[in-house]
Amino acid sequence: MSDWRKRLSPTGNSGDAIFRAAMFGTALLVVTIVVAMIVALAAHSTLSIRQFGFGFLTSREWNPIKGQFGALAFIYGTIVSSLIALLISVPLSLGIAIFLVEQAPHYLARPITFLVELLAAIPSVVYGLWGIFVLAPFLRVHVEPHLARWFGWVPLFQGPITGIGLLTGGVILAIMVTPIISAVVRDVLAAVPNTQREAALALGATKWETTLVVLVNGAPGIAGAVILGLGRAIGETMAVTMVIGNRPEISASLFQPSYTLASVIANEFTEATADIYLSSLIELGLILFFVTFVVNAIARLLVWRVTRRTVAA
Amino acid sequence: MKILSRKDRSRRSVSALMTSLTALCTFVAVGILIVILSYIAMRGISALNLRFLVDTPRPVGEGGGIGNAIVGSGLLLLLSCVVGIPVGIACGIYLSEFGGGWMVSGVRFLIDTLTGIPSIVTGVFVYAVIVLRMKHFSAFAGGIALALIMIPIVARTTEEMIKLVPHSLREGALALGAPQWRVTLGVVLPAAASGIATGAILAIARVSGETAPLLFTAFGSRFFPRNLNEPIASLTVQIYNYAISPYDEWHAQAWAATLVLMALILSINIVVRFLTRQKFS
Repeated sequence: MSDWRKRLSPTGNSGDAIFRAAMFGTALLVVTIVVAMIVALAAHSTLSIRQFGFGFLTSREWNPIKGQFGALAFIYGTIVSSLIALLISVPLSLGIAIFLVEQAPHYLARPITFLVELLAAIPSVVYGLWGIFVLAPFLRVHVEPHLARWFGWVPLFQGPITGIGLLTGGVILAIMVTPIISAVVRDVLAAVPNTQREAALALGATKWETTLVVLVNGAPGIAGAVILGLGRAIGETMAVTMVIGNRPEISASLFQPSYTLASVIANEFTEATADIYLSSLIELGLILFFVTFVVNAIARLLVWRVTRRTVAA
Repeated sequence: MKILSRKDRSRRSVSALMTSLTALCTFVAVGILIVILSYIAMRGISALNLRFLVDTPRPVGEGGGIGNAIVGSGLLLLLSCVVGIPVGIACGIYLSEFGGGWMVSGVRFLIDTLTGIPSIVTGVFVYAVIVLRMKHFSAFAGGIALALIMIPIVARTTEEMIKLVPHSLREGALALGAPQWRVTLGVVLPAAASGIATGAILAIARVSGETAPLLFTAFGSRFFPRNLNEPIASLTVQIYNYAISPYDEWHAQAWAATLVLMALILSINIVVRFLTRQKFS
């Protein structure tokens, strides 16, 4: 038997050879899809890459009529809305995970875990609908006026209050990434060996001090969970599109409308008739692809480091 | 009883404070869930009736319904399952049964990558590869976009479930002289079947709520679908279009359509939860 046939079928059974080839072929198909994704996105954005070069990333001009395209306003909107989301959801998720792993009795932890996970099952477009008709009016009436009154001296909280803008986008993202971050943190905390808790308690630590020891132990994994949430926030589309106002502007105020990379694609893709317009939108997709790729790779590496260490121990 | 020093007392009160704060965080998250679900139920029920479920969309003021969107979503899900589930399961078998070489790790990494790609980017990809080439939006393109989101989910759950199958089962079958492929397909896969089915059903629930990848692949339609090679309506895109419209009547219909969608997704999640609970606990 020749070498390649031996590799396909170590047992010398031809059924095995066919089976292995089929499974391997399917796996290869998935690899091809990922590669094809990069190639297709790059190929269709060459027009805009050639015309605008690196200036695409630093120009804030987005003018379909004049044919001028720059991504800065979208990059700004994406970063700021994701940061607001993390600012709210990280403490919240840590609290939830600590409560479920360290404190809640078993009979309570199971149903609550399920309920928190249900938050992740709600589709993005449903969050958007709820955001438009419930969250945005609520923030406009009950939250933003107070922020303006107490913190109005910070440029972040100045300007007209509409309820539709960066802050609302950030809050809705926070609700959406909380179940994701808290689920990973829960896994990480559960993977911290019990000996750590027992040692802390034996030294006379209080319940909270013991929890701090556990948190320090799981720190890289928690960082990974946060970055995973960041990746999700960056790529989230529908809910943000529906509440962020969709205006390509950079303003200091969180009350003002903004735009994100994902939402401009969702909103303008079918309107883009000019080649250069479409190409610019696809280049935004390419940027989104690479950013989420890198962010996710870092996150997985961090989470894997913690969970692997304890599984081996 | 021992009298505590001031420092010990403050340590205890910090501990009590922080532990109650974590409970508060959990309470907030569950509270938000309840608020969202009750809003959907309240606003949705008032606009829901039988006619709404079977009619096609009509201009403002004339009523209309989501019958074509329900059928369209069903067809899109069917298409995505036909493509996504077999490919996902095959990938899962490859990941779990073919050793741990660098190639398997590489494929696993790429599949995880695929999970993290924003669904809107998947939509752009399918648009560039299929829609541009066919020169029109179609149900096929939408189904494939959804399948691409499904594949990594099904692949990873299949892998996890197959890994749970005890080695003695494989060894027993191999000792009886069965070739590898019969062991995998005839012994390992049936043993893991219920877990794989659970994963596939959860993937369907996840995909049924996707909107972004359908915007410029399946696009949308005002009519019942006649063939799969033309634009097709879906519940999620319909909700989106109605939600951002300026008309109160369409807003009400968006809530009603959301109620239908959430009923589907929640019942899948609860049923799966109930089934797996009896099995594993």
